[in-house]
Amino acid sequence: MSQVHIGCGAGFAGDRFDAALPILADMADREGACYLIYEVLGERTLAIAQRLRRDDPSGGFSPYLEAYLRLSLAPARAAGVRIVANLGAANPLGAAERTAGLARDLGLPGLRIAAVTGDDLLSTLDAATLAALPTIEGTSVAGRGIIAANAYLGARPIAAALATGADVVLVGRSTDSALALGPLIHEFAWAQDDWDRLAAGTIAGHLLECGGQVTGCYFADPGFKDVPRLAEAGFPIAEVDASGALLVTKPQGSGGCVTRATVTEQLLYEMHDPAAYVVADCVADVTAVQLRDGGQDRVRIEGVRGRAAPGTLKATLCVDAGWLAEAELSYAGPNALARADLAGAIVRERLSAQGRTGPLRVETLGTGTVHDGGHPARRTSRQLSADGEYRLRVAAQAPTWAEAQAISDEVLSLYCSGPAGGGGYRTHVTEELAIASVLVPRSAVETHVRIHEVVA
Amino acid sequence: MITLPLHAIAHGRAGDKGDTSNISVIAYRSEAWPHLMEQVTEPRVLALFAHLGASRVTRYALPQLEALNFVIETTLGGGVNSALGLDRHGKTLSFLLLGELELTIPRDAVPEGSPYLSPAP
Repeated sequence: MSQVHIGCGAGFAGDRFDAALPILADMADREGACYLIYEVLGERTLAIAQRLRRDDPSGGFSPYLEAYLRLSLAPARAAGVRIVANLGAANPLGAAERTAGLARDLGLPGLRIAAVTGDDLLSTLDAATLAALPTIEGTSVAGRGIIAANAYLGARPIAAALATGADVVLVGRSTDSALALGPLIHEFAWAQDDWDRLAAGTIAGHLLECGGQVTGCYFADPGFKDVPRLAEAGFPIAEVDASGALLVTKPQGSGGCVTRATVTEQLLYEMHDPAAYVVADCVADVTAVQLRDGGQDRVRIEGVRGRAAPGTLKATLCVDAGWLAEAELSYAGPNALARADLAGAIVRERLSAQGRTGPLRVETLGTGTVHDGGHPARRTSRQLSADGEYRLRVAAQAPTWAEAQAISDEVLSLYCSGPAGGGGYRTHVTEELAIASVLVPRSAVETHVRIHEVVA
Repeated sequence: MITLPLHAIAHGRAGDKGDTSNISVIAYRSEAWPHLMEQVTEPRVLALFAHLGASRVTRYALPQLEALNFVIETTLGGGVNSALGLDRHGKTLSFLLLGELELTIPRDAVPEGSPYLSPAP
């Protein structure tokens, strides 16, 4: 049987909007079924989307939907490439309707879009049931208002949506790797207990899901790990056959690189026990994986093994957690370090005098703070110059926006009332969310999964 | 034998899940692999991340990839949704491990042409 080709056009919500175009150009010359996936849904992203939907019932899908699909819908259709994306966020059906509108604008009438729903537990389980689910990671949500509760769906609903003939499949929360496994199940009809193949497809998805992170992006360390033409790095394409044999490559003529080293970094990225990478469809084991060169910028991944999927699905619950204030001010030139440190001491003293007691961090950027965990004592081992460029940073959490803003204002006031020569004030006050990962019985989720069809 | 930071013989990437960081450590050359196994140990990594609050380190070895995977618990200041530091994901922590862990190794464990073997004049 022929191969299936799956490209990834985005590895997170802020990824390059045009990265899919070289993939689509490359796919126009490929034989066999071709798919393009976009992974844009972090835990926070989904909670923010739930809020947007609460304010506007037609909204709550990815704010980037149009930025990505406006560029790719027409070339994907021309090349016969089907799109699978989690651009649905908190409202996959709304996303499908918006995509249909976009397709009509682009002169693509008849484009078929399928939306998968059922991941939103707020619409199927009551708050008490949600709060009682066993937590595997993160905060306690007991007694706090739940903003979002979404289960990670697997690849089967995506395969079912593709079986309707859809050109574009939009989901909300699903396992990231399912965006690739879904098309593979659809094309190869892999059985529900074909664990080795399901695991191979999951690892294909895992390698693709961060976009360029497997093709030389997020890899370069000049002089040690050099990567050619990063500004035009190609995003990945996986070639998979019915046996689960898997190869990763990138578009012809693009920048970046695919080597055993880039694949190894991405294989282990956000993996804990390499013998037990747990997703909704299986448990993948990469402890026997071998990587082999398959030509220039082509790496074969062999030896992925699988085991039975767990009886529960992972879900994330999101609750309000107050506000975060961040404010910064720079000092440069002679004695800059002492002036920046003094600025921090002034802010500490004023916040203390005002009786503020919440979480607070005051640090001087440029002194090793990114790795010091808020322990400036580690600074003594460094040969810091008294002169140069240093930047005061104040970060604090507060229950209300007004209190967070007041902390930020203390840094602003240093413009006239702090040490000499402070400049370049920037601030950011953002709403904080706390997240708990919980386990939910499969049956409580899967009976609610629905496929909706929308035609442009 | 020479003493150099881990960065001279290995590369890696950090990822986050909640308050847990995982960091891969991958040998540039096969000659480096036995030294990674022997010297990049759970207790040494735990000590390196203690000031960040690390409570437990688990090391997984993948000999056929000449790679280690470290899972470092409670080291992200509460994680991406609650930390007060700049790098809430701990994305930069791979370079804390690569830069601050020193190894005693033979010269042939270091890739040819490495800046560590030919310091700038």
